[in-house]
Amino acid sequence: MIRLEARTEASQKMMLASPLIAALAMLVTGSMLFVFLGQDPFHAFYVYFIKPASTVYGVGELLLKATPLTLCGVGLALGFRANVGNIGADGQLTMGAIAGGCVALYFPDVHAAWLLPLMLLAGALGGMAWAAIPALLRIRYNANEILVSLMLVYVAYLVLSYLVHGPLRDPEGFNFPQSRMFQDAALLPVLVHGLRVNAAFPLALVVVAAAWFFCDRTLAGFRMRVSGIAPAAAAYAGFSERRNVWLSFLISGALAGLAGVGEVAGPIGQLQPSVSTGYGFAAIIVAYVGRLHPLGVLLAALLMSLLYIGGESAQMELQMPSAITGLFQGLLLFYLLAADLFIYYRFKPRLKLAPPAVPVAEPGAPS
Amino acid sequence: MDREPNPQEAEVPGAPDQVAAHPRLELLGITKVYPSVVANDRVSLRVMPGEIHAVLGENGAGKSTLMKIIYGVARPDAGEILWENHQVGIASPAAARKLGIGMVFQHFSLFETLTVAQNISLALDGRQSPARLAPRIRAVSEEYGLPVDPGRLVHSMSVGERQRVEIVRCLLQSPRLLIMDEPTSVLTPQAVLKLFESLRRLAAEGCSILYISHKLDEIQALCDRATVLRAGRVSGTANPKEETSRSLAELMIGKELPTCTLAPRVPGEVRLAVRNLSLATDDPFGTELRGIGLELCGGEILGIAGVSGNGQQEFLKALSGETPLADPGAVRIGAKDAGRLSPGERRALGLCFVPEERLGRGAVPELSLADNALLTGYVPAYDTGMLRHGLIQSGAVQSFARDVIARFKVKCGGERSQAGSLSGGNLQKFIVGRETSLSPKVMLLAQPTWGVDIGASMLIRQAIIDLRDQGVAVLVVSEELDELMMISDRIAVLAEGRLSRSIPVASASIDQIGVWMSGNFEQGPGDGATSPSRTGATGAVEHDPA
Repeated sequence: MIRLEARTEASQKMMLASPLIAALAMLVTGSMLFVFLGQDPFHAFYVYFIKPASTVYGVGELLLKATPLTLCGVGLALGFRANVGNIGADGQLTMGAIAGGCVALYFPDVHAAWLLPLMLLAGALGGMAWAAIPALLRIRYNANEILVSLMLVYVAYLVLSYLVHGPLRDPEGFNFPQSRMFQDAALLPVLVHGLRVNAAFPLALVVVAAAWFFCDRTLAGFRMRVSGIAPAAAAYAGFSERRNVWLSFLISGALAGLAGVGEVAGPIGQLQPSVSTGYGFAAIIVAYVGRLHPLGVLLAALLMSLLYIGGESAQMELQMPSAITGLFQGLLLFYLLAADLFIYYRFKPRLKLAPPAVPVAEPGAPS
Repeated sequence: MDREPNPQEAEVPGAPDQVAAHPRLELLGITKVYPSVVANDRVSLRVMPGEIHAVLGENGAGKSTLMKIIYGVARPDAGEILWENHQVGIASPAAARKLGIGMVFQHFSLFETLTVAQNISLALDGRQSPARLAPRIRAVSEEYGLPVDPGRLVHSMSVGERQRVEIVRCLLQSPRLLIMDEPTSVLTPQAVLKLFESLRRLAAEGCSILYISHKLDEIQALCDRATVLRAGRVSGTANPKEETSRSLAELMIGKELPTCTLAPRVPGEVRLAVRNLSLATDDPFGTELRGIGLELCGGEILGIAGVSGNGQQEFLKALSGETPLADPGAVRIGAKDAGRLSPGERRALGLCFVPEERLGRGAVPELSLADNALLTGYVPAYDTGMLRHGLIQSGAVQSFARDVIARFKVKCGGERSQAGSLSGGNLQKFIVGRETSLSPKVMLLAQPTWGVDIGASMLIRQAIIDLRDQGVAVLVVSEELDELMMISDRIAVLAEGRLSRSIPVASASIDQIGVWMSGNFEQGPGDGATSPSRTGATGAVEHDPA
């Protein structure tokens, strides 16, 4: 019989290997799924995972989608390190998009260079404001921040929906629920002509580097980490829980808000009833697959982005249902959680049988 | 109890050496090699029925490994185990329990979210429901003088109370060999005597006892034979009643025993003042603090005795700031009202604190020793240079950690070792070393040498005395009365959330302190006998809650 026993120390190797194992298991299960759907698994694998990234345009799309995932994922990872459960990044992203979009719509005739930075700032503040609500409720009333932040996502969706159906609707838009298209000065410049990937991607790289520095070198990053793994030690050392909750929510809110501006001032170019394809939720998986480390988050965001694009490609070429993307995301998270068990546990080596003089008893932990 | 004493064994309690019967347990040439260290090197040991056998040794001498082998947690690489003259292989703790071996661990293995009865039911392999066990638990705990409420949740219990649960749990299993790992470290002197009575009764019933301790006087009082381990090998066996504490200790550490002395010293100005500190508790099993008052001067050590669970945790958290207080004047540090200040702000006033729990509070097990140095060393007022403009100066952090490791002889792989990989005693040396290196003005220590071997205990006590001699105000909360008598200038007792007045150690007697520990402050030591020369500066202002 297979038994697990606790490791004396968390395994660093397993910590790094676990996302790779999860990705591999996801691919194997996915291929089996393709077989059941009557597809040639090798062709399906090619269409899903190779083809989208085999053209320059495809790589551009990959980076474009990785951008909001990275921004949200880094913010969430910082919070998760401090054991603050913000799962409402999608709502914060939406509010950021609204705030940034409002700036663009308020200055329709401005073509100056200050407009974009102002939009980014507004977006960050919008995301922060939305994230401040669960932070405040947690600190004042000890309300569970996971539930509050999740519920606020749907409120944010409805606010956006109200705005594009009402006050912000384009008067010349034939009553479609969407805002006016942003002028060029309110759009993020593309990096390479002909691709859609824009200046938000290098911004995300800067954020990754800054977050890495924050975690590794600043006292604030250290405080958050200690609070996450040993709350009693944090209290003993005098690290304020309040400050950690605020910091976690404000940072992740600001980054999600930036991601929102990146969408509306990037590939979308206006406010629409929906500005996110679930990036804020996918970023939760990204944060954990990336081992809550900024660099890992970047790599995980690229993988997740490939899942998005591959899913679209599979829908078009193989007539797969659109649920395929969510399914692969789910598989990845499922296998990651399963593989993570082995960071703290390992298979117990088979015991030698005791000599017959001893009553044979069930092996068990000391109780 | 449904123990069936063997009549042959029961005839000769206290004189097991004369029994012609075969030994209950015999180890022959047990060797256990870990990748980095030989934990046991050809260890042989013989325990007779009804014998109380001491296993002595410093931390890292291999006592725990040896006990793990007997209890089936670890497997020996070589050697034989004979149980009642039959060769056995003990594959697991359950197999050990089936043979009749029970063990009280030094690090408790209780589920915090369950009640005492539920925990014990699980330990008995879940065959009996907690409700049915409860009366038996009560009966055994009364019989052996170990009061335990079966319905209480473990998380609300102090270390001492948890230990009682562990002992009661073992007694319920009617063991034929009971292994006790440092069982008395958290009991009052009276409770220790009661426990010894219980153990002697058990032994008289034919149960053998393996008693691991570093308290030599206890071993001399209790044990029939002692096997001394040093660096994984048997360095000698002795009849402890024929040896002196000193000769046993020297057998144990292999060299002359260091001592610590307290030179007379005139206390300085008041550094820590507590006035009428009362604190209700949310925890139904917590202890309410009632009107605690004390004054502590620079250059003196105040020892606070008492059995755990009498408000020690609550009192120290109120002093450290982990529990904020409503009244700013209830705690004064230096010249500042600190009642409403956070732990960080109190540290900025020069407060340092060694808490009772090492893992998860005093140190973060998952982080390196360097990071654990930063845990409290970050406070700018300590002037460690670990932080500049909010940025961590890893060079300063590492050299601080290296310095602590070197000065306190912490056995570890270096400042990058995970705190959780250190033994309890070594981690405690690191934490005490860290806090004393932060140039404190007021130092709080909780159970500074709990579970620490004799060599390291002496080092820690000397470090505490050095602080006093440097003019630091030191408060030591400990359940080891001997320790407090050794290192304190004054001593007070915390019982049922109230603090007695303090008296000079010179005029205190262990018996009378024991009376105070039971909550009776009316009569007691020092009545009319306070020596004015030592308490003149501080004794007069002591708050008397009685």
